[in-house]
Amino acid sequence: MSRAALLVLADGRFPAGGHAHSGGAEPAVKAGRIRDAQDLAAFCRGRLHTAGLTAAALAAAAALGLDPLRLDEAADARTPSPALRATARRLGRQMMRAARASWPSPELEALAAARPRGAHQPVVLGLAARSAGLGPEDAAHCVAYETVSGPATAVVRLLSLNPFDATAVLARLAPEMDEVARRAAEAARGGFGELPAASAPLLDITAEAHAAWPVRLFAS
Amino acid sequence: MSIRATARIHAVRTEGGATALPVLESAGPLALRRTRASGAGAKVTVVGAMSAPLGGDRLAIEAEVGAGARLAVDSAAATIALPGRDGERAHYDVRLTVGDDSELRWLPEQLISAYGSDLRMRTRIDLAPTARLVYREEQILGRYGEMPGTLSTRLTVHRDGRPLLDQELGYGPGAPGGWDGGAVLGGHRAVGQLLIVDPAFEEKEPEVRILSGTAVLTPLAGPAVLVTALAPDALLLRRLLDAVLRDEAG
Repeated sequence: MSRAALLVLADGRFPAGGHAHSGGAEPAVKAGRIRDAQDLAAFCRGRLHTAGLTAAALAAAAALGLDPLRLDEAADARTPSPALRATARRLGRQMMRAARASWPSPELEALAAARPRGAHQPVVLGLAARSAGLGPEDAAHCVAYETVSGPATAVVRLLSLNPFDATAVLARLAPEMDEVARRAAEAARGGFGELPAASAPLLDITAEAHAAWPVRLFAS
Repeated sequence: MSIRATARIHAVRTEGGATALPVLESAGPLALRRTRASGAGAKVTVVGAMSAPLGGDRLAIEAEVGAGARLAVDSAAATIALPGRDGERAHYDVRLTVGDDSELRWLPEQLISAYGSDLRMRTRIDLAPTARLVYREEQILGRYGEMPGTLSTRLTVHRDGRPLLDQELGYGPGAPGGWDGGAVLGGHRAVGQLLIVDPAFEEKEPEVRILSGTAVLTPLAGPAVLVTALAPDALLLRRLLDAVLRDEAG
């Protein structure tokens, strides 16, 4: 594997559109569920072990070469919120554009043709990792990291939280991100029947109301 | 001694169009009684599940609704997960199969996770393309004023062999970190799901309904809606789900 390719894919500046999304942090701030760095840590930890694990396993499975269309269907079944399904597909479409430019491959072309409006983002990311010569753990690490880095970055803007405190939250979660990525890749090796489906009720619930806000800082 | 027990229900449509129950097998603490149905079809009440499952128990209930049959299942009391003597995990598996043109209404009382308990509950539902389903699940974390036990649940629903809904929830001291934070429960102690699968939704896709600040009804990617609800307690949760049941399922 190429460690440098992993850095390119995981970089927040990789043009896949993730910066416009708070990962549910914006409604959580509005509802008073995130007021400080401690709340942010609990939010990120919960998101990592639920939606993060589930998405990381989908990405790892795509990186391993499991059928991306079946994975896309599995992602739909794991996303009861239509707002979050729409977000995942929009981000998947942007990830696809960046991935096809960066690491073109027949598998990416085939998925882009089969899902012109976008497949679920973790599935596209996993396939991008595969096209870049990366493995399932790499794809899972990317997803685990972006699961928590998105909310942490958003909360710096939403709460004027000290960026050093937000980064410290991420650094302290590093061992748990490693563990989630390891479990995700292990599950992916077990095939479709082993894929986790861990979910977070508040993320699913608040995504719908947030999508209907007339004015918001983040798309989701 | 821990218990291993599987209770079974098999509902079929009779020639006259009624629903018969050729299999109604109680097992261990899961006693099944045929009770009076409010509408067409048969009704079964699970009684006596009060003090189970205890740590180490492996309980299961299986229901199969044959083509054209209608079955409603409820329970006489809440199910309370309690600790066993040696801190072992308990397992509770529910397997439901619903055939073409048939209906299953699965509306048990709450599952209460008592302090010190450790329960893994798995529900697997397989639906034929024209099957209808009303399914409710409520998790109450701790008895009144009590800390919760460890509870993990998984609800996997397939329709026509394809995945429709797959959801895993984990709470309590043995769950992964962050379960009580602002992404997952945010301090709430009553969690509910109400799933309605109806082929009629294929013609007319239901719209999202915001039911409260912590409850929402959403259309799934298939012909189904799911209510995901959090509430401070069991009573408020039930009130919310009942209101949806009255509106949606008649």
